[in-house]
Amino acid sequence: MLKKIEAIIREDKLNEVKEALKEMGIVGLNVFEIRGHGRQGGISLVGRSGSYQVDLLPKIQVNIVLSEQNLDEVIDTILRSAYTGEAGDGLIFVYPVEEVIRIRTRERGHDAVMYPGDIDERKARIT
Amino acid sequence: MNNVVNSGDTAWLLVSCALVLMMTPALALFYGGMVRRKNVLSTLTLSFAFMALIGVQWVLYGYSLAFGKDIGGLIGGLNFLGFHGVAAAPNPDYAKTIPHGLFAAFQMMFAVITPALITGAFVERVRFKSFLLFSLIWATLVYDPLAHWVWGKGGWLNELGVLDFAGGTVVHVAAGYSALAFAMVIGPRKGFGKFPMEPHNITLTVLGAGLLWVGWFGFNAGSALGANGVAVNALLTTNTSAAAAALVWMLLGWLDGRPSTLGIATGMVVGLAAVTPASGFITPMAAMLLGGVAAVICYYAIRFRQNRNLDESMDVWACHGMASSWGMIATGLFATLEVNAAGNNGLFFGNPKQLGLQILATLVTIVFAFGMTYVVAKVLDMSIGLRVTPMEEEVGLDISAHGERAYS
Repeated sequence: MLKKIEAIIREDKLNEVKEALKEMGIVGLNVFEIRGHGRQGGISLVGRSGSYQVDLLPKIQVNIVLSEQNLDEVIDTILRSAYTGEAGDGLIFVYPVEEVIRIRTRERGHDAVMYPGDIDERKARIT
Repeated sequence: MNNVVNSGDTAWLLVSCALVLMMTPALALFYGGMVRRKNVLSTLTLSFAFMALIGVQWVLYGYSLAFGKDIGGLIGGLNFLGFHGVAAAPNPDYAKTIPHGLFAAFQMMFAVITPALITGAFVERVRFKSFLLFSLIWATLVYDPLAHWVWGKGGWLNELGVLDFAGGTVVHVAAGYSALAFAMVIGPRKGFGKFPMEPHNITLTVLGAGLLWVGWFGFNAGSALGANGVAVNALLTTNTSAAAAALVWMLLGWLDGRPSTLGIATGMVVGLAAVTPASGFITPMAAMLLGGVAAVICYYAIRFRQNRNLDESMDVWACHGMASSWGMIATGLFATLEVNAAGNNGLFFGNPKQLGLQILATLVTIVFAFGMTYVVAKVLDMSIGLRVTPMEEEVGLDISAHGERAYS
């Protein structure tokens, strides 16, 4: 079973999250530059005279497709590496994935998201 | 000495001419950074268009209306139509040591930037066709007569002894109050006050502000019409006032939160606008006070405008109109014959009458510029319409009016 993680994180946490994921063997991911707001509702910026409210802030969305068995540890990693404790740390969404097809080889499903040296191959080697 | 072209004076005025010309594209960048990204080209074009429009108008008849042979103190005659007789020989009425053509060209640059200042009032929603028509009418019916009254030989305010070194009334008060009138007629941008309208590129604005500061040396020090001590004094007062105003503005912003870049750049421009009428008549220390006070006045003028929920979008009134109104009054306070023998003393140097004259000229300019602009804008609004359609406004004027986009 494949899952997809959509993690909305701080712009300035991207490098830490990316490094932490790479370390645990998450090889494939893609990143969107997005704008949005949550409960915090935005921030106030300083203009010519006084300040004004801006409600949409720049954020980063990291997308990862992975095997269900790796889900919890990847979530843990993101929770750790994206955390500051301040409002605006973001959210993680998890979805089921119906199908994955690698265009070059036409592999489908789990095979399509396998890479040499990735988290699944490492686990296979140990067991 | 009389009516002989002096190469030093001429060289300085040639340079000043170029410096003042540069202020119009600088202003375009200054405004362009503060609008939303869908309207940046439109905003640049509004300023840029004047180099073309007034570049033609001034040669055809604008210069003649402003500086031609006086008719009743109110307007210049038609003797300089098409720059007839405006050539290499000096015109002793205005500048004895530079070619008449150079004086006329230098004045052209002022005629170009003044209406460009007003565009800040109606960015992001004005119809280009109506804008062009308004601009031509404004240059002809407001700028040219006003320039004649204040600077023209025989102009009635000039004859009274009003001091306006580089265009406090003619340029900044006129533009500021015209902007206010136009903004009241055209109404706010769609969604104004409901959604934040963030400046899309403050980098451009800071670049524009920096170039304005450079250009202002030509604007003010060039207005001495010679390479002399008065020019040097004007350059010093200009720099001092801008510096003091930027510092004060930075502190005011800091007290309200953070010292914003946009705030510092705005304060600087305010200091420049404020010192313009006074620059050739006051000392650098007076300019420091003048600039600092201008920052306080204009900072709260913006706040006042915001609280009234009036979309005078780039604060031309709050920054230029209010700054230079104060600058005119300050000229009546701080002017001294020690700085400029061709000027006069102000209140603090024993001549209270000068203060009265300065206030009179400022009020006349306010009433004339505001009234004329309101009427012209209203007539255009009722006839051909001042605004683009709501859909065109939504899409942005870059695409809907010019068929281009700034960032692809």
